[in-house]
Amino acid sequence: MNARKFKDKLGTSVAWICSGITILFLLVFLGRIIYKGFSVLSWNFVFTGPREAMTEGGIYPALAGTFWLTALAILIAMPLGILTAIYLTSYGKPRWLVRTVRIAINTLAGTPSIIYGLFGMAIFVNLLGFDVSLIAGALTLAILALPMIINATEEALRTVPQDFRDASLALGATPRQTILRVMLPTALPNILTSTIISIGRVAGETAPIMFTAATFFSRQLPKGLSDEVMALPYHIYALMTEGTHPAKQVPIAYGTALVLLILVITISALAIYIRYNIRRKRQW
Amino acid sequence: MNSYKEKLFKGITYTASLLAIVILMAIIYSLFREGLPLFKVTRLSDFIFGSAWYPTHAIPEFGALTLIAGTLSVTLGALIIAVPLGLGSAVFISEIASPRLREIAKPLIELLAGIPSVVYGLFGMAFLAPLIRDWFNLDTGLNVLSTSIILGIMIVPIIASMSEDALSNVPKNIREASLALGATRMESITRTIIPAAKSGILGSVLMGFGRAIGETMVVLMVAGGSAQIPGSIFDSIRPLTSTIAAEMGETVMGDLHYRSLFALAILLFLLTFITNLFTELVFLKRSKR
Repeated sequence: MNARKFKDKLGTSVAWICSGITILFLLVFLGRIIYKGFSVLSWNFVFTGPREAMTEGGIYPALAGTFWLTALAILIAMPLGILTAIYLTSYGKPRWLVRTVRIAINTLAGTPSIIYGLFGMAIFVNLLGFDVSLIAGALTLAILALPMIINATEEALRTVPQDFRDASLALGATPRQTILRVMLPTALPNILTSTIISIGRVAGETAPIMFTAATFFSRQLPKGLSDEVMALPYHIYALMTEGTHPAKQVPIAYGTALVLLILVITISALAIYIRYNIRRKRQW
Repeated sequence: MNSYKEKLFKGITYTASLLAIVILMAIIYSLFREGLPLFKVTRLSDFIFGSAWYPTHAIPEFGALTLIAGTLSVTLGALIIAVPLGLGSAVFISEIASPRLREIAKPLIELLAGIPSVVYGLFGMAFLAPLIRDWFNLDTGLNVLSTSIILGIMIVPIIASMSEDALSNVPKNIREASLALGATRMESITRTIIPAAKSGILGSVLMGFGRAIGETMVVLMVAGGSAQIPGSIFDSIRPLTSTIAAEMGETVMGDLHYRSLFALAILLFLLTFITNLFTELVFLKRSKR
């Protein structure tokens, strides 16, 4: 009996220790980024451009680049993703096509981001002749975001109670009217929160934009769709690997990482908070 | 008029969903179109089993074995770190923690899963690698060990979150039956709950495996980049993803080097595709039961 009690205590402590180590690792990780990043963070750092061959100044062009890349990518991917999810949940015929679409989406979701980068380079940059540009990067990121948005929207549409749909159809509404006026509005908050989470993902991606959109240095903000852009994640990578003055550039990289981290975590935390509130207030 | 609108709307959603298939096909097509011509000059067996990767020499050699070994070594290392930590955390959150703590822990894990990998890469390169270099008196801390640790921390949230879902989905009556038979809490966790959730747990591990294989920025920044088969955990290596990312900038479009990197991408795509297929089968089995 004592041996069993001991084993029970032992097992419980192992689970405690595993969680403890995980939390410790993550605290050291986050603490380091925040501590190092905070020492360079300032109004000037966020809202001015880099100076003196990237050894001084701020990251504003990279922030603007990341904003445009992400905004365009989501604007392209969201309508497509929502329409696809509507087809999968509401029409769903023929069966074999639905199954094939599902396989395609799951495969896309598991494909490494560097492969999206190569695809974007081969198709958008080279074949279609967009060159390394904002639009090539945004299209590549849109394709990366598409499976996330489809899955999220599908899940959201499935939470709409069957009664709602039945009631709408029974009142004589057509399938299209039911989808557009009953199902989508009901599912919209959930669709939005999940989309916000994918915004965080897209904003932090580096590999897909390395060969399609990003440049190490540009003095100006992007003027049009065909300009190369700086981007926060790529900026961190470039400072760490191509920089020539590590003593001055590593702190800037930490600062950039902190800004990116704050951006991504604020966006996701917002989404999680909104979702929490929706779940609490939901009446059905 | 109304039925015309109905058909149009249905047609639009139909077309949009076809796009997912078209995109996947286009990705596969572009990889193979750019990559396959390599095998006009290199035999497939030399590509997979050759260990000399000298794409820019006068007589270039394209043996990817060192790169495959690099990918597998850090992926394995990451799993060795992440599986116990992730699973332990999942058990803790699902079975031991109070409901209040669980409410906080779940979204926190979700937040951590969303941290961009380049930030982990920065941490590994600027903090962990120098630390490991000094601790073990090495020339460089950019090696298998540092990369495995960083990749491991990165996939802990994935494994923890999905395993926790699997554990909490185990029906309440199974737990209660086990406890009613006189099992201690740990006995019922290890002998009843974990076996009941095993396909979900396996799925989470496979998911982490797939993520680690395809991760680019961390290995690019922390693995060191020398193409060799690692003899110890202190050797620097060069996985598939970082080879593609590091060398693509040096190639001229359409030359052999460019083609060889697309051939690596085909390999990477197949690896992750098979992993996903496995994951799917594991989950399918669970949902059928």
